[in-house]
Amino acid sequence: MFTAQLSKNASRCAALLRPLKASLTSQLGRPFSSSVADDTTSLTIETSVPFISSVIDPPSRSAETTPKELLSFFRSMAVMRRMEIAAGSLHEAKLIREFCHLYVGQEAIAVGMEAAITRNDNLITSYRDHCIYLARSGELVAAFAEMIGRKDGCSGGKSGSMHFYKKDGGFYGGHGIVDAQIPLGCGLAFAQKYLKEDNVTFTLYGDGTANQGQWFEALNMAELWDLPAVFVCENNHYGMGTADRRATKSTAYYKRGDYVPGLKILFIKATVHPRLITLS
Amino acid sequence: MEKRRKHSCKESERERRRQYPQFCSFLYRLLICVSYQFQHRKRLEREAKMLEIVRKKFTSVAFYVPSIQRIRPTFRNYSSAAKQMTVREALNSAIDEEMSADPKVFLIGEEVGEYQGAYKVSKGLLEKYGPERVVDTPITEAGFTGIGCGAAYYGLKPIVEFMTFNFAMQAIDHIINSAAKMNYMSAGQIPVPIVFRGPNGAAAGVAAQHSQCYAAWYGSCPGLKVLSPYSSEDNRGLLKAAIRDPDPVVFLENELLYGQSFPVSEEVLDSNFFLPIGKAKIERDGTDVTVTAYSRMVGHALEAAEILAKEGISAEIINLRSIRPLDRATINASVRKTNRLVTVEEGLPQHGVGAEICASVIEESFEYLDAPVERIAGADVPMPYAPNLERMAVPQIEDIVRAAKRACYRAGPSSSG
Repeated sequence: MFTAQLSKNASRCAALLRPLKASLTSQLGRPFSSSVADDTTSLTIETSVPFISSVIDPPSRSAETTPKELLSFFRSMAVMRRMEIAAGSLHEAKLIREFCHLYVGQEAIAVGMEAAITRNDNLITSYRDHCIYLARSGELVAAFAEMIGRKDGCSGGKSGSMHFYKKDGGFYGGHGIVDAQIPLGCGLAFAQKYLKEDNVTFTLYGDGTANQGQWFEALNMAELWDLPAVFVCENNHYGMGTADRRATKSTAYYKRGDYVPGLKILFIKATVHPRLITLS
Repeated sequence: MEKRRKHSCKESERERRRQYPQFCSFLYRLLICVSYQFQHRKRLEREAKMLEIVRKKFTSVAFYVPSIQRIRPTFRNYSSAAKQMTVREALNSAIDEEMSADPKVFLIGEEVGEYQGAYKVSKGLLEKYGPERVVDTPITEAGFTGIGCGAAYYGLKPIVEFMTFNFAMQAIDHIINSAAKMNYMSAGQIPVPIVFRGPNGAAAGVAAQHSQCYAAWYGSCPGLKVLSPYSSEDNRGLLKAAIRDPDPVVFLENELLYGQSFPVSEEVLDSNFFLPIGKAKIERDGTDVTVTAYSRMVGHALEAAEILAKEGISAEIINLRSIRPLDRATINASVRKTNRLVTVEEGLPQHGVGAEICASVIEESFEYLDAPVERIAGADVPMPYAPNLERMAVPQIEDIVRAAKRACYRAGPSSSG
């Protein structure tokens, strides 16, 4: 799913990934054999934690996959983790200025979602967008160049860490204002419905965002007009520096939509294999 | 001294009689040639004027987006303005024509559909285009403005209507951060072809929270185009240009002008008529003082010019039409001609449009100024409710007349100011 992009920066990408291969090999005690990477025998995996849902039946806990797919998930998440750690070091070295929001620990959301959707579906998120950009066929070097402010960056070096965009990959950013992305995501879904396209828009937001007014406004209109929008709350239990129990009266975020009849909500805790179930 | 005759008397008589008809016919032919030249010149001038209009149409069209195939030169007679049209009708017809020309254009806002528009500007559009293209929203400015911006990201062309721009303050984050800056931030990947429109400025008796003019606020934001039309021709031409424009446009109308009628020519009624963004119009030529105004104040300025003309002051009235980009070239050229400037606006004085015009003139035409620039703006208070106080808080015609006289050093000792 996510593979190193074969572009003019291919050699640079390969150089970045070489140490990764070496370290993983030494930990595993054996090299990656080509047979595992190409193994397409079907596996059934059951999630370690059950799904919790509101107003909808929870999906089944078992999922079909193959070793090849699992390895590609692992590879993608590993690349994302290494990228975020490197970005953190660059930020401390003041090479990345001001804002640098890391996706460490949340890689599974990006990778799992990408496994279930297509390039024609849209994705929009807040400022914690480095790994989502990669998942949407973004280039590693373009991401770093943008964070450092070089013209080879995905936004020409003009926007920085918080504003990655890739329209041809269906990724609409990259928004610095908390909660702005929710009505924007509904707008993308509105356009897909207007143009009678059979696709969906995924709007990612955080637990801190869930308290903002625009979220409720957008949710109301999305259900009123039956927009093809899926809202994904990435709950890391902190809004900026404030713990969720200090900012939110009800931390059961998956019950927020109860006031809008017809809305279906799924609560997926971090699982070994986070696979997004398509909601009908 | 007597002229010596070559021939004898009789012979010379005969000679002259022979030459006389030739001379007469020569005169006659000369007269005919001159009259033909005169008529030909008039015809040439008329054709040159038509060609100029056609040329303007073609060159200015080149800046706009692609649906150019249907542009055709119109060789109509532009001499007389036959029809009267209200500003409301002008806006309604502009939206109607653009929606019928491009299926990606849609209207979204409060009361735009079943209620036929809060000010009846979108009357009849729901019946014509259906609820998918004329979208009634709940009272959620932040939400539906964000939805409009998101739709524009995906390539649609929304017209977002605010009941007044005072309510747009709820959504100003989306206007500035999601619309105006997006093309820049995405390095050109995501242009935002959206129009934000609605009434701006003071109405009558709606008090402080419903009367502010936002031209200066939006006019300072890079990435936005800000338009403020006056007449029906302005409203129609500029709204059509705004809808076709690939950038976000803030279109500031005026509630008190909606019902006012203006004469419109045949050219204005053409479905491909539009006006260029960024060009001001000289509503009235003058030589003594330049008066700049926008929106409703243009009407006040024109009436002030009539009063000043009776007192021997010839005022040149400029209708700005476009707040951003501001037509500095036209304003400076006018000031260089008249050497005096009065700026008129309804908005608050500090950091206003008049302040920007004053700075521009000082930067570019300081040596041409014969008097300090006079700035007429709304009073520096929240808009009062009582009619007498409201009248004092908004510029009146007498204020413009007094300012022009001050600029011309005609303010007598008895007048205040």
